[in-house]
Amino acid sequence: MPAPEQRRIIFKHIDEVGYTNDIDCYVRNGGYEVLKKAVTRKPEELVDEVKKSGLRGRGGAGFPCGVKWSLLDRKSGKPIYLVVNADESEPGTFKDRYIMHQDPHQLIEGIMIACFANNVKQTYIYIRGEFPHGARILEKAISEAREKNFVGPNILGTTYGCEIYVHRGAGAYICGEETGLIESLEGKRPYPRIKPPYFPAVLGLYQCPTIVNNVETLCHVKYIAEVGGEAYAKIGTPNNTGTRILCVSGHVQRPGYYEFEVGKITLGQLLNEVCGGPLPGRTFKAVIPGGSSAKILKVGERYKGKRKVGADMVDYDWGIEDVPMDFDSLGMIGTMGGSGGVIVMDDSVNMVDALANINAFYAHESCGQCTPCREGSLWMKKISARMVHGDARPEDGALLKSVADQIAGRTICAFGEACAWPTQSFIAKFGDEFKAYPESKKAPKQDNALELV
Amino acid sequence: MNLKSETLTQIDEVILHYPTKRSATLPLLHLIQEDIGYIPQEAIEWVAAKLELQPINVYEVVTFYPMFRQKPIGRRHIKVCRTLSCALMGGYKTCATFEKEFATKLGEVSPDGEATIEFVECLASCGTAPVVLIDDDLYENVDSAKAKRLSDKIKAEAQRRV
Repeated sequence: MPAPEQRRIIFKHIDEVGYTNDIDCYVRNGGYEVLKKAVTRKPEELVDEVKKSGLRGRGGAGFPCGVKWSLLDRKSGKPIYLVVNADESEPGTFKDRYIMHQDPHQLIEGIMIACFANNVKQTYIYIRGEFPHGARILEKAISEAREKNFVGPNILGTTYGCEIYVHRGAGAYICGEETGLIESLEGKRPYPRIKPPYFPAVLGLYQCPTIVNNVETLCHVKYIAEVGGEAYAKIGTPNNTGTRILCVSGHVQRPGYYEFEVGKITLGQLLNEVCGGPLPGRTFKAVIPGGSSAKILKVGERYKGKRKVGADMVDYDWGIEDVPMDFDSLGMIGTMGGSGGVIVMDDSVNMVDALANINAFYAHESCGQCTPCREGSLWMKKISARMVHGDARPEDGALLKSVADQIAGRTICAFGEACAWPTQSFIAKFGDEFKAYPESKKAPKQDNALELV
Repeated sequence: MNLKSETLTQIDEVILHYPTKRSATLPLLHLIQEDIGYIPQEAIEWVAAKLELQPINVYEVVTFYPMFRQKPIGRRHIKVCRTLSCALMGGYKTCATFEKEFATKLGEVSPDGEATIEFVECLASCGTAPVVLIDDDLYENVDSAKAKRLSDKIKAEAQRRV
């Protein structure tokens, strides 16, 4: 079956010749019409539309947005905040960058609609420090919007108002964790908070009810306000509605960003047709489908079980190329949809080296709060680095696994899982390569051998 | 503290964005670092006083976040991405090329004072790997050859400044 066409809703204007990131261009293309209509509706109606839409967060967790909004403590009397998670740092992910740099007003319109729906008067866009142009572009866009009365006090002739400020991060991946982000916004080290009780919806920024939403998610909110939750739910597949931007990188002919209806394209279609297949003379070896925190998939594996299709339980028997790119299917086969960052490795890659690269990332980014993660991530990095650059032993794979097994589930935040899953899944699926590594690394390296760590 | 008046104005403005002063810690540190190039001990104490915090509250932020530096760097800041997708496309060779071109090791100031090279984590542009951030600008598809061209460009610009 041939791959479906892209459906560029969020990325409609990305890379469009002549499309500029100023408000005049945005308004010429119909911008802010949805906000104008939204403010004439009851806020609860908009929350309802988002609930009906089935929108799931696009930052990595895939948590239903409508549910998140409905968990907000609206009775506390404390101000409600919206925080936009623009910290895009999950390795393999590159989508929010383009929205903010090329189509910032789409985000701002989405923010204002979300704020109106939830009685939010103050929003912060937490943008990673490494997007300095993005921060300036957003600040300019916000002031343009303020001038036209789309942002600020009494927008569009109503009594409703909301202020947006841009807040730059400073290079820490853990600021993408919603409670770490909140701690960072409060001016501290981004040590995530334990949930319960610190669910942002109840005790968030300044201990007030807070929504933390990803950039792409808020753009979907705008689209949902435009077409309605029911219509949105017809896009994509049941429980995995709408479109999502898939970011493909690594060893494919055509890496890049592609927006598809969730679940309507398989991994094989994505890699072989859309991305043109492997590089000349190479074959695919492994794929990480949802950002580096997702468990790895090995080419040649088969996934079997039963899944719900409509009202029935149906057998499935998939090769890696048959897996539909949606949250539930990927969850079912033991990995996750995550941030949509698809990293492809071919037969030139040594999996021990690849894991060493990933382990170094997590060791660097661990905030250090929890002993299993702080110590364990460093041990895993040191072990895998020693395997590559020093002496490797056949039992090192088992040692790595034993460390990883003691981190997952024993930490304050999901970073524990994120740093453990790569090691666990690499060893589980490529264990033989780890056992053979002490011998195989003695062989003379090919010219094109990659240095990964 | 010898900050430009423009910086001081921006500092006073940004503090007003937040209901608690402490939240302005990161913005102030960014403004100071953009002004004088790094965060000396003096600045840590200055920010603490400005935001009614203890110096440790500022120091722990400066020492945690990778983008804040307590020592000056070269005139140009070259950040090469080392994470998986860039490494798969040759990021390590790219970094080695920059190090060779400026005869410097990671984190140090090059002998001509022009560059400091850092090997940083994912810069969120994996589809155009390997990527390099030079000061505020992102460069994509930077293989060894392009790294050499960029180095030459930096050196030529340095010559013109003289």
